[in-house]
Amino acid sequence: MSAAVSHYSKGFWQLTWRRLAMDRVGVVSLIIVLMFFMIILFSAFGLIASDWNHEVAINDAPPDLWGILTDKHTSVIQPSSNNTLSEISEPLPELSVVDPLAEDIAKLRTPIDFSSHIIDPLADTLRDIGYSQYVSTDPTTIEKRTSLPFGGDRWGRDVLKKTIKGTQTSLFVGLTAALLATFLGTLFGAFAGYYGSYIDDTLNWIYSVFNAIPYLLLVLAIAAVLQKRGIATVVLILGLTGWTGVFRLIRAEYMKHRAREYVMAARAFGVSSLRIMFIHILPNVSHIVLVEISILTVAFIKSEVILSFLGFGVAVDDVSWGSMLNDAQSELILGHWWELVAAGGAMALLVTAFSLFTDAIRDALDPKAQGAGA
Amino acid sequence: MTADTLFFIEHLSIAFRRRQRNPFIAVNDISFAIRENETLAIVGESGSGKSVTALAIIGLLPNIVTQIPVSSRIMYHERNILSISENERRKMRGADFAMIFQEPMTSLNPVMTVGNQIIEVLRFKRHFSRTAARQRCIQLLDEVGLPDPERTTTHFPGQLSGGQQQRVMIAMALACEPRLLIADEPTTALDVTVQKQIIALLKKLKARHQMSILFISHDLALVGEIADRIVVMRHGSIREQGDTSQIFLNPQDHYTRALLQCRPTIDDFPNRLPVIEDFLGERSRVHSDIVKKTIENRNPPILLHADKIYKSFFRHDGLWRKYEIPAVKNISFTLRRGQTLGIVGESGSGKTTLGLTLLRLRRATQGNVTFDRQAIFSLSDQEFLPFRRRMQIVFQNPYASLNPRFTVGQSLIEPILLHRVAPDRKTAIEQALDWLSRVGLSHDVFYKFPHEFSGGQRQRIALARALTVRPDLLILDEPVSALDVSVQAQILNLLKDIQDDFGISYLFISHDLAVVHFLCDNVMVMRQGEATEIGNIREIFQNPKSDYTQQLLDSIPRGILSHA
Repeated sequence: MSAAVSHYSKGFWQLTWRRLAMDRVGVVSLIIVLMFFMIILFSAFGLIASDWNHEVAINDAPPDLWGILTDKHTSVIQPSSNNTLSEISEPLPELSVVDPLAEDIAKLRTPIDFSSHIIDPLADTLRDIGYSQYVSTDPTTIEKRTSLPFGGDRWGRDVLKKTIKGTQTSLFVGLTAALLATFLGTLFGAFAGYYGSYIDDTLNWIYSVFNAIPYLLLVLAIAAVLQKRGIATVVLILGLTGWTGVFRLIRAEYMKHRAREYVMAARAFGVSSLRIMFIHILPNVSHIVLVEISILTVAFIKSEVILSFLGFGVAVDDVSWGSMLNDAQSELILGHWWELVAAGGAMALLVTAFSLFTDAIRDALDPKAQGAGA
Repeated sequence: MTADTLFFIEHLSIAFRRRQRNPFIAVNDISFAIRENETLAIVGESGSGKSVTALAIIGLLPNIVTQIPVSSRIMYHERNILSISENERRKMRGADFAMIFQEPMTSLNPVMTVGNQIIEVLRFKRHFSRTAARQRCIQLLDEVGLPDPERTTTHFPGQLSGGQQQRVMIAMALACEPRLLIADEPTTALDVTVQKQIIALLKKLKARHQMSILFISHDLALVGEIADRIVVMRHGSIREQGDTSQIFLNPQDHYTRALLQCRPTIDDFPNRLPVIEDFLGERSRVHSDIVKKTIENRNPPILLHADKIYKSFFRHDGLWRKYEIPAVKNISFTLRRGQTLGIVGESGSGKTTLGLTLLRLRRATQGNVTFDRQAIFSLSDQEFLPFRRRMQIVFQNPYASLNPRFTVGQSLIEPILLHRVAPDRKTAIEQALDWLSRVGLSHDVFYKFPHEFSGGQRQRIALARALTVRPDLLILDEPVSALDVSVQAQILNLLKDIQDDFGISYLFISHDLAVVHFLCDNVMVMRQGEATEIGNIREIFQNPKSDYTQQLLDSIPRGILSHA
């Protein structure tokens, strides 16, 4: 039989892969996307960034890509006033350039008694809670870094690790939600397109209902029903609202293929409807499904960011690009730009690479190009 | 090059660049002349380079991929039009040469009235005033024989029939009084009766406008009706050129001879058709007798009996109203074992719908069908399943009838296993391989995908797939009309052989009377869903009772013979 196997000629996917390999932009974007996948795989198994929650640096530690070389350690038995002072006084001149309110803010700040080191009245409490987890036994031994490669957030957590963990959450949410939405859309689309008549009508009514409600309202409604905040909820919200576009596309494809003669031939043999739908027709529309998955992944990564930014996203004890941007919103006013840049940059890189990869794979899958490439 | 030469094509070669491969040579060093006031026909099968040659003359080949050597020349009025600028060539289009295409529907702009499309040409190419252009447009439409030309100007292309659209295309091509009209398969998409009208129209217009016509076709018989001289092309080279009478009566080239004889005619009853290999000696083959076998048993048992099949479609108009469009009206016929019934009709006659209805791929509105003494329309789907094994179908388009993502093997094994023709997978594979060799394909076809095969090979695969379940009845829905003449002959011979070997009954659906004549015992002529005539093939072809059948028979192109 092994001899027989070698007879098989190159199938559709082999030809697609060959065309993709010839597309330079496609290959580069694929490599970037794969790197992101490696990172989230490592982080999912706890090999990297599992300690993103640790407050390893002083509050709002500035970024310093060479932090490792110029490392300084400061003991923080009690958060020293010096740190907070320098933190606040330093960015002020820069701020005045971008923020017309900067001077007012500075005026508001000056009367504050620095011995209490706070702007936020709850900061001390929060700090106590935060510290109690790690520091309570022997706070004197804890050492904190004054700077980090990508900077630190309000509680001194490493922004680099936060970004990696955020990437894991965002990409996971985007990908699983896209898979869920594409699965639902393909399933409904296949039934509606293949059977037509009242099955098509019913599914179209459901589709119209979903499409008639404003998107955010629908999201809020589903969030209210599900009640719990968390990654699973976000995936469900996005998956349940996002299948409509796929549904229309796949439905149209199935209507087209149903009239094709190879489907008629299969029906003439008495092949069951389910087998025709998913063994005969599905491989012929799989390229559309694949492109939809990657388009939706990009769209859902962005949606998750918006949802988290609005506060309907991941839970407080989790991190995603959206929650990072939400944090960055309040940090930015103090001139702490690094969390924004880290989350935004990672998102921009992945979304761009993913979109380019989607374009490349769409070109490679184009049946019309088959003749030219094969 | 004589004085009355209009175009002189000299050593023309055309190649197309391909990615990572050698260029594809579409036309290889051809030379011929188009004289004034003559109809020159280029005849050839698909891939012969006939259309590419026409596009080279009009200058519509894609610049980026086309390579034409400098030694190639197309002389027109002492100038080589291959070397003039695109701007100059654009000025020549319309005025010096115009072109009409195979598909009139796709050649016309669907969102512009036909009047405006012609007026546009007149105004921008010939600088007519608005009123003069309108006048001339109506004149032109009248000249190409459109009824009520004044009203036709306000019609959109979709409101016209295929034949009328082609007339509009011709009117548009005539708008600038071209010296040469290039017609690329202008009647291939049309019904035979319409084809005959268009050919007559072209002949009339050529005489009146003193122009030359370059007529491109795959159909040598058709070309014989219109051409003064014929160029026969194959694989990019000219095989033979000469006057029409010489090509028909005294062909020199083997390929020309093959083309003339591969087509079935309605004048004799050969048992087999000669194929190209017989003439070119490309493959040795025993030439079988040309006398039709007498059928011993004239009345074998009845296999299929259709009783007043009625099928209509419903079109929804608005929310509630729907109206009925009947496609098949009260058709009754009987098909006996081992015999072939031909169903002949033009497009829209309901012949394909009838075939699909018999297989229950479309649900009949009314009527009964008995298959082997069992009424099949009243069975449930589950009860009908065993009958699906016994009734099979082969479709017209071999490019759409095989699943592109299945290997040939997968396509063949599925029905064998579904109907338990073979006890296990291993036997199923053996049977599939047997069927492949039976239809003349090698065993390694089993492991390949459909896109690797030509139209004729795919049709063989589709036939093998239908045969795997050993059906009693095979519905053949235009199985050869998408194929080249030479391949057509091979498939028709194969169909005859298989019927002789296995005693299968055929229901042969076709628009081509000559092919039906070759293959069928009985024939039914359909028109607009109704059977106008049914009976023995010889009787109907020799003295048809209905006018419509007579009209169909008269429309068959007979080549030079019709002149004699």
